[in-house]
Amino acid sequence: MTSFDLSFAGKDHFALFGVPRAFAVDGTELERLYREVQARVHPDKHAHLGDAERRVAMQWATQVNEAYQTLRDPLRRARYLLQLAGHDPAIETNTAMPAEFLMAQMELREAVAAARAAADAAHLDDLHGRLRQEMAAQHEALRLTIDERHDYARAAEIVRQLMFQEKLMSDIDAALEAAEA
Amino acid sequence: MALLQIAEPGESTAPHEHRLAVGIDLGTTNSLVATVRSGMAVVLNDELGRSLLPSVVHYEAGGHVEVGYEAQAGQAVDPKNTVVSVKRFMGRGLKDIAHIEAMPYDFVEGEGQVRLRTAQGVKSPVEVSADILKALRQRAEAALGGQITGAVITVPAYFDDAQRQATKDAARLAGLNVLRLLNEPTAAAIAYGLDNAAEGIYAVYDLGGGTFDISILKLTKGVFQVLATGGDSALGGDDFDHRIFCWMIEEAKLAPVSPHDGRLLLTRAREAKEYLTSHSAAPITVKLGSGEYVDLKLTTEIFNDITRTLVQKTLQPTRKALRDAGLAPGEVKGVVMVGGATRMPQIQHAVAAYFGQEPLNNLDPDKVVALGAATQANLLAGNRVAGDDWLLLDVIPLSLGMETMGGLTEKVIPRNSTIPIARAQEFTTFKDGQTAMALHVVQGERELVSDCRSLARFELRGIPPMVAGAARIRVTFQVDADGLLSVTAREQTSGHEAKIEVKPSYGLTDDEIAAMLKDSYSHASDDAFRRALREAQVEAQRLIEAVQSALREDAQLLSTLERAHVDTCLAKLQAVMMGDDRRAIDVAMYALSKGTAEFAARRMNASVQKALSGKKLEELGQ
Repeated sequence: MTSFDLSFAGKDHFALFGVPRAFAVDGTELERLYREVQARVHPDKHAHLGDAERRVAMQWATQVNEAYQTLRDPLRRARYLLQLAGHDPAIETNTAMPAEFLMAQMELREAVAAARAAADAAHLDDLHGRLRQEMAAQHEALRLTIDERHDYARAAEIVRQLMFQEKLMSDIDAALEAAEA
Repeated sequence: MALLQIAEPGESTAPHEHRLAVGIDLGTTNSLVATVRSGMAVVLNDELGRSLLPSVVHYEAGGHVEVGYEAQAGQAVDPKNTVVSVKRFMGRGLKDIAHIEAMPYDFVEGEGQVRLRTAQGVKSPVEVSADILKALRQRAEAALGGQITGAVITVPAYFDDAQRQATKDAARLAGLNVLRLLNEPTAAAIAYGLDNAAEGIYAVYDLGGGTFDISILKLTKGVFQVLATGGDSALGGDDFDHRIFCWMIEEAKLAPVSPHDGRLLLTRAREAKEYLTSHSAAPITVKLGSGEYVDLKLTTEIFNDITRTLVQKTLQPTRKALRDAGLAPGEVKGVVMVGGATRMPQIQHAVAAYFGQEPLNNLDPDKVVALGAATQANLLAGNRVAGDDWLLLDVIPLSLGMETMGGLTEKVIPRNSTIPIARAQEFTTFKDGQTAMALHVVQGERELVSDCRSLARFELRGIPPMVAGAARIRVTFQVDADGLLSVTAREQTSGHEAKIEVKPSYGLTDDEIAAMLKDSYSHASDDAFRRALREAQVEAQRLIEAVQSALREDAQLLSTLERAHVDTCLAKLQAVMMGDDRRAIDVAMYALSKGTAEFAARRMNASVQKALSGKKLEELGQ
């Protein structure tokens, strides 16, 4: 799996933007802060300066991009919070999932395969929307488990399920692309 | 002898020196150079008042190199030694190039990047492009009356690492200091956005001579953020010409034509295409070398019919880019049209139908990219004025990854990631006792490595023997603000490291570039040594000014001891910079850079804190 630097200039991604360490984030405010910070550190702002400045600018801009991308994406944010809390979601090893979740996913997967075979873009679009809704519900569940119940073991379970769902989402996107070609 | 003047300590010797910087649109069909003069971006014309420089290079048998209109004239007479649309060959191998049979060149067989045999020897696309860039550099220096300190060169957004690297190599070969490689649609968005104070989501549809790009941007308060980009780096106006060319051969039932006739027919095809922009039918008459006459009429209906699939081919990446940005066509506020090929009515109609709005054509599609590049160059050169500050956040167009077992691609950095970006991924050994690992860096979206572009291969050796799967090899990809990749690999337990600047398989090595530079200087009249020395002096002066200005602003961040060290480094550089010992200047510059590294880091920290605390003050005020 991809590993992140846990700290830069002694700070985690939340501290870097000065926002609370929580699953719930104000996306608009985060974006504003991202632009504010990037406007100061971006290499383009230091291109006319010496090597030392340019190198620091590149490191900062890279880190700010990484922090922003991590915090704005719910799944990556959840994984990062688990990592900060010292909980390994054990993505490679723990593949156990509730039977009903697996059944629902299997059904959805079959529907995608059928729609893909029929190059039925409209149906694929429907499935895309359905999955998006299911994922939004999972995000809300993550907020509850992490921010309110601090139940990291349960959060890790949801994270594993979401990774499963995200993979299916990219399969739908690929099928849509193929159907439109 | 006159006494040398020395400024007062802390005072810059040239406080408001305007640095000459240019933006260059290195196009498939035409190239342009622009600059910012008195706050306005303007295209620089040649001595006859022409702004475009046809991207055509003619290598005459006598050793003379013609570029532009003169070379274009030679195209019909000497097609074999007249290179057109060289951009299509950049960073490419022979097998990558379409319609090779219709080209009049004498290609050199073999692996690696395309090479052409000309009357002046074998030329790589990098060298041909460098000749175009040299002509533009000379035009700019003549117009501006001085040596230019830097250039922003535009590339199609969908160019991969190999094509970008080739472009940068060409600029170096032309003696240009590259401030930034800038994506063409992004350059257009800058020119459009700044001119119109645009805010919101915009799409830039850029169909050039040989490349197609679509970029989706979000414009807010002086920030140009690219959300997604897509395209086809081998699709452009040239392909529409080629469709007409094929139609002509079929209609006139022509036998295979000579290179000379082929070029003639292609020229007529292009003229017919341009004529159809404002007419419903184009007459085509050609007298071939064989004495045969071709007499045809191409109507709009036929033209639309034979090019329908090409138009559709541009909409596919458009849909994909919008999906990547998570947007629907209706959420786009405006569609900016760029590139001469967007003048074709069928393109205008298709774009209007897809986005449900008339596209924006109020910019000159030929010039807008160069103007945007000039604006960016001016900013990067440090010629900024208050209130005219903006930021550009761009992305990489194609995913970057590594080959794993079974010829599969493991993506390390996904497409449309904002740059600069760094990602690390861990890999392990496949066999017991394995002490070396072959790393293969690829770019593309497909799962099979064979379907992606191979960028580089390198080896990590000296891994301590362990059981299979026990070693931890951490591979780090770093993409800089030019969109160029470097890769490092490190075995975690032994700390053994291998590092490469990714030089694409079709790129030039540094040695090759050095040799070519030396070669070109030995032929040229300008003195290479003096030029290099002058460049080092300008660099040194710039560095001194930057450090002095930093000290004026933030000296309190340094202890007395640290300050003394910086001052010593400064004094040393000032002592050697006006001499003619280039190496001494380089050494002193390196020492000053190194001596101010910690200072730079602290200043950046302080700056970020200021940005964040500014927000808290605002909140208190509410």
